[in-house]
Amino acid sequence: MTTTHSAEVPPPEQHLQEHFDATIARDQRIEPRDWMPDGYRKTLVRQIAQHAHSEIIGMQPEGEWITKAPSLRRKAILFAKVQDEAGHGLYLYSAAETLGADRAELTERLIEGRQKYSSIFNYPTPSFADVGVIGWFVDGAAICNQVPLCRSSYGPYARAMVRICKEESFHQRQGYELLMTMMRGTDAQREMVQDAVNRWWWPSLMMFGPPDGDSPNSAASMAWKIKRHSNDELRQRFVDMTVPQAEKLGVTLPDPGLRWNEERGRHDFGTPDWSELKRVISGDGPCNAQRMERRRTAHEEGAWVREAASAHAAKQAARARKGAAA
Amino acid sequence: MTGTDKADWPLYEVFVRGKRGLNHVHVGSLHAADDRMALTHARDLYTRRNEGVSIWVVRSEHIAASTRDEKDPFFAPSADKVYRHPTFYDIPDDVPHI
Repeated sequence: MTTTHSAEVPPPEQHLQEHFDATIARDQRIEPRDWMPDGYRKTLVRQIAQHAHSEIIGMQPEGEWITKAPSLRRKAILFAKVQDEAGHGLYLYSAAETLGADRAELTERLIEGRQKYSSIFNYPTPSFADVGVIGWFVDGAAICNQVPLCRSSYGPYARAMVRICKEESFHQRQGYELLMTMMRGTDAQREMVQDAVNRWWWPSLMMFGPPDGDSPNSAASMAWKIKRHSNDELRQRFVDMTVPQAEKLGVTLPDPGLRWNEERGRHDFGTPDWSELKRVISGDGPCNAQRMERRRTAHEEGAWVREAASAHAAKQAARARKGAAA
Repeated sequence: MTGTDKADWPLYEVFVRGKRGLNHVHVGSLHAADDRMALTHARDLYTRRNEGVSIWVVRSEHIAASTRDEKDPFFAPSADKVYRHPTFYDIPDDVPHI
């Protein structure tokens, strides 16, 4: 019964590939137990892990300000925001795990510097205005990147992004509101805002990655519909979105080439310093060493908590077994 | 890296009931040392904004699942029984309330 029609059945691998391709073509989602090509799985694990690491490392630049926030209101907001970043990291590790990745191993790879995180978190936060600008620029850029990822072809990743995007809107708005408050303050406060804008603008544009012509993984990711828009397209969207917000806020974006292009119906803008991006990604940014050191220390200093929880769980389980036997 | 946490903290799947009257829905997973910690972590991770009124956690290894591909012959027996659908039956238009 099982062998009568086996001659007509194509080789299983090819059949599975066709089914996978058809699912992608129909714009349907790939789910964890579906067959998928190795390259698709690897690309996703890499992208999701890097994304997760970015959320976790991203707690640090702003986290430094929790104890120094100027009011209880700002402290509570910042606390909630940084807690969200931890949550986003965990949603993403959870998605990576559906692909067979091991969470502890991903953490290990980050700590050992074998996997990367977003270049943006390697810049320092010397003033409280940086907290506002990070919310406005960095979370704004993250929203541009992440909204299309809600339709990513891999189901668990797309669903994690839906959850994250909902929360990201709070992050952006609290940042902008913080800056509006500072802009209504003293000249010194306004200068702090402008200074933070000057320092974060270009690194924020770099968040979208290298230009399309120089982005080795983009083509495959687009074909697999993991990614929906090119780096340059997303960068353009971010600029178009941010320029009117900057005008309302009363700050100047530090790009002499920035102007409205009537013909294109979009803004023209200058070219980020790509050599700087390369430098920061390869480990030579202002805070790379500090971020990694902090992450490693947190992991090592938390070891006893993990061990104690395991010991407690083992003891409780043993007691339960004894109780059942008695 | 001790490696013990990898071995000792099992993976849990998390299901959240958004509000009374709705089903629990799978939202993701987490690692925890035991059931109680899994529930507490699930609350902190998946219901920070009133997303739930009830949480289930279950060890991932205890879930039995259908075959790897969700669109395969396993579900074929339900595809060829059109007479299970009300639209299979022709009823004249002038018959009321049916």
